[in-house]
This record gives sequence, structure tokens and C-alpha cells, in this order.
Amino acid sequence: MTAPGGTNAVRADAAALADAGVDATLRADAAAAVERAYRDAYGSVLATLIRFLGGDFDAAEEALADVFATALETWPRDGIPARPAAWLTTAARNRALDEIRRDRRHAEKLTALERELAITEAAPMHVRTGGGLEDDRLRLIFTCCHPALPPDARVALTLRTLGGLTTPEIARAFLVPEATLAQRLVRAKRKIRDAAIPYRVPESEELPDRLDSVLATLYLVFNEGYLATSGDTPVRHELCAEAIRLAALLAELMPLRPEAHGLLALLLLADSRRHARTRADGSIALLDEQDRTLWDRDEIELGLAALDRGFAAASVRSYASVGRYLLQAAIAAEHARTRDGRATDWRAIAALYEALARIDPSPVVELNRAVAVAQADGPAAGLALLDELTARGELAGYHLLPAARADMLRRLGRRSEAAAAYGAALVLAENDAERRFLERRLAEMPAQG
Amino acid sequence: MRYMLLIYGDESQIPQTPDGVAPEISAPWLEYTDWLLSRGMHESGERLALSSSATSVRVRDADRLITDGPFAETKEVLGGYYIVECANLDEALEAAGRCPGAMYGTVEVRPILGMPMPSAAGSGKSAG
Repeated sequence: MTAPGGTNAVRADAAALADAGVDATLRADAAAAVERAYRDAYGSVLATLIRFLGGDFDAAEEALADVFATALETWPRDGIPARPAAWLTTAARNRALDEIRRDRRHAEKLTALERELAITEAAPMHVRTGGGLEDDRLRLIFTCCHPALPPDARVALTLRTLGGLTTPEIARAFLVPEATLAQRLVRAKRKIRDAAIPYRVPESEELPDRLDSVLATLYLVFNEGYLATSGDTPVRHELCAEAIRLAALLAELMPLRPEAHGLLALLLLADSRRHARTRADGSIALLDEQDRTLWDRDEIELGLAALDRGFAAASVRSYASVGRYLLQAAIAAEHARTRDGRATDWRAIAALYEALARIDPSPVVELNRAVAVAQADGPAAGLALLDELTARGELAGYHLLPAARADMLRRLGRRSEAAAAYGAALVLAENDAERRFLERRLAEMPAQG
Repeated sequence: MRYMLLIYGDESQIPQTPDGVAPEISAPWLEYTDWLLSRGMHESGERLALSSSATSVRVRDADRLITDGPFAETKEVLGGYYIVECANLDEALEAAGRCPGAMYGTVEVRPILGMPMPSAAGSGKSAG
């Protein structure tokens, strides 16, 4: 991630300092420190500023951008502050106050802010309220993911404010024109202001719904980076990394919420497979075709630890009473735990899919469950589930349904039926690599079986 | 912060009296208005007569055009409103979620910008 206004501004300032005779090493150290502070602290400093400014996103963003520019000038000369985030917060707050003082119409607002300043000086990051210790970043994430905002705006706003991604970066990642993305951000901020969307963590009775909206937004950010097969790859992986960073933050700030850990675990476990999930030709490799030595073991360990924390927070060991993210993470964990695909505990996976189908019924979940059942209890049991699914017609047009059916029929020795199902899957498959796989299988089936 | 809760619904779902007289307010609506009052949110609220009684007016090139019916012919029509005073959108959304109209129709929540009355000095034509 780069500093605000791009690193070009950083370099231009550095050049000016070189003329002024500031030592090159100091300059480089300071520039690196500013970049580090931007990466680590942008979201939290902005979150505090927005609260201080009574929910004014634009004023907070402007003040913070100014202060990062100032840091590039003063840190090489005066030294890097011991606590960069605190330095930035104080400087940006003063900058915002100056801005308001300049505008005399805001006299009333100023008095209120100065009073607030006196109170918050003692506890700059945390405010104790009736609901317990609240973090400004938590307020910010709940505001950005408010259900009164359209989903694409929630994503953009979360990445822009908490993630500190620039508007061009987000536009590039989502393959939309920069002007469209900028407009989306402007509209969202305007709605926050005009409809008075509050800057707070929701109360306990509305929390479950509101948390769902936050989790869904982060999941969307991750998937945008993970699932898309086109676009700028480094930027796309940046989205995955950002979603993981924010999910980790959420889990840290809401440790009692099982689904916060569940989402983090799910994202880490999915991301651990990123090097194994594309073939040389760029197409997606299915799980059982992946080279498991390419899986990131460190990330798997982090994911499994998050999963354990989630189940501990849920204080249950029964799958029936946990949420969708924890269940999906548990499924991913079953795969991640086995270095050899043959050792996979399909019975556990089938049970997890069954639990998932109960809380989040969808034909794709049913299909996955049938595949797991076929592995655990034999192809006949899986086929019975697939036949039910086929009869309902919900997945008509989805090539993986006939492909899974064909595989089960093949294993049952019903070769001509298998050949017909492979043929049906071939008609529907769009991906070349998948077509080649299906054609190979089809060739193995004699016309008369 | 003031918000208008615009209550839209399918009129065929609303019980009608044969002679066209407005039916009595049902218990859930009374309870809801009571709840708004008890929370200090209630500013005003009215029911509207059926949309079949509506007349729409447009002036184009100084010509006044009068048409029968509401602005838009839709299945869900505006049937009434409340104006509520709330601290923020979350409070207003909670109020909207408790509205009986939300159980069968849709309650739209809109912030009110307000319309200051023209001051005596500012409007020469008034009262004069």
C-alpha cells in the first residue's frame, strides 16, 4: 500500500529535503516510517478523527491527508515520533480544529469539539460507554457496513477508510472506472451525513443483524480478490490480504462473537490454498487436483487457531448450533488438516454440509453435501441425494451437477449412464480445462456399458 | 433529527367499510402511536384516504393539467405517514420496524430537511 496522494508526492518532498541538506539515510528512514504508519494506523487514526469531528468523513480524510504530507516534511528533520499513530491523531485533530476556526460560521461546533477534546485527551483511542470498551475502528466498520448503504458502497467505503486503499486502487481491483467508484464513495458519505447514520457500535439486540452485514462485506471483499480470474493480480491479492486484516481486527475487537473468528478462519484457510488453486494456464484447479505441498502451512495454522477460538466462543461442540462462517471454516479445516487427500474425513465433512444446509439452504451446498456423502458412504448414497437435487431442477445449467453425477455413476459401473452425464456436463462447462477433464473421462466410457 | 415514515401498502389488503367511511383505527396502530408518544418521538401523523380519491395537478406552460388518480399507478400506494423526532437513523429504523404498516407493506424512512417559514422582513407580499 502506498502513502496518500501516492508515493510520488513522497519522493518530490524527499527531493526538496535533499536540497535542504537533510541526510539521505534519515530521509529514507522517515519515508519508510511514514509508509509504515500509513499501513498500520491509517484506519484507526481516521476512525478516531471521524468520531472527534462528529461523523464528518470528508473533513477527517482531508485533515489526515494533510498531516501525512506534513509528516514527510517534519519527520526527517525532527525525528520519527515514538508513537507515530498518536502523533498523527493529535496533529490531524489540531489541523481539523484550525480548519473549523478559520470558518467563523462554525463557532458553535467549535465549542463542542473543544469540550470533546478536553474529555478525549485522557483516553484518545477508547471511550468507555454503557456498552463497555468501544474502539473507534469498530464504530467505523459498523458505520461503513450499515445496511442502509448499498452493498457495493459498503465494500468501497470499508476499503477506503479502514483499509486506507486509494480510490484508484479500489477501482482497479473491482474493474470499475475510477469516476464510478469515486461517485459511489461520495454518495455513501453523503447518505451517512444526510440520513444521520450514527457513528457507533449497535446495541446488543440489533448487533447480530448488523454484525452479519459487516461479515458479509468482508467476505465480499475477499471473494472479489479470490474468485475473479481476470484483472490486476497483485491488486486482487491485496483485497484478500485486506479482508483478512480487517477480519482479524474484528475478531480481536469482538472476541466473544464466534462468527467473527469463523470468518477469519475461513478466509485464512481459503487463502492458504491460493498458490495451488490455479493451473499453469490460469484456470482454476479443483481441490482434489491441487498440489498440497503448495498450501501455506503457516496460514493454515493461523486459520485452525482462529477456528478453535470460534468454537470456544460458541461454547458448543455440536455443529447444529454454530453459524455459517464457522461451519464453512470447519469444512476448509478438514481439507487443510490432511496433507494427503486420501486421508480426508469425508464423514465429518458430510455432517458439516448437512448442518450448513439447515441454516443456509442452497442447492450448491446440497451438491457439495452429496459429493461428501458419496466419499463417506459410497457412490449409491451420494447418487440418491443428487437425484433428489436433479428432480428439483434448481441447478439446471450448472455443469458440476451432471459432472458429479457422472463420477458417481462411473464408480458404480453404470457406464452408459455415466457417459450420458459426462456429455451433459460437457455441454454446460465453460472452462477449457474442465472441458478437457470431462472429455478425457468421457473417452474412458465405452458407448455400450 | 426529523424523519418522515412514509407508509406504502396494497390498498386491497386494507379492510374497507361499504359506505367509504374510514374504518376505525385498529388496536396495533393505536398501540404504535402510543409507543412513539411514550418515547417522545411522535411529532405528527395522518392517514390518507384511498388513492382512488386522489387527483394530480401539473402546470406546464401555464396550463394546469388535472388528472384523476395518484402520481404513480403502483400496487403499493402511500397510505399515511408519521413525522418522528429521532437521534439518528438507527432510532428511526427501529421506529419504522415497529410500524404496523411494515408488517404488510413498506415503510420508507426519509430525513426531513425542513421548510423555514418566510420571515416578515424577507417576504414583502405576505400578511401586508
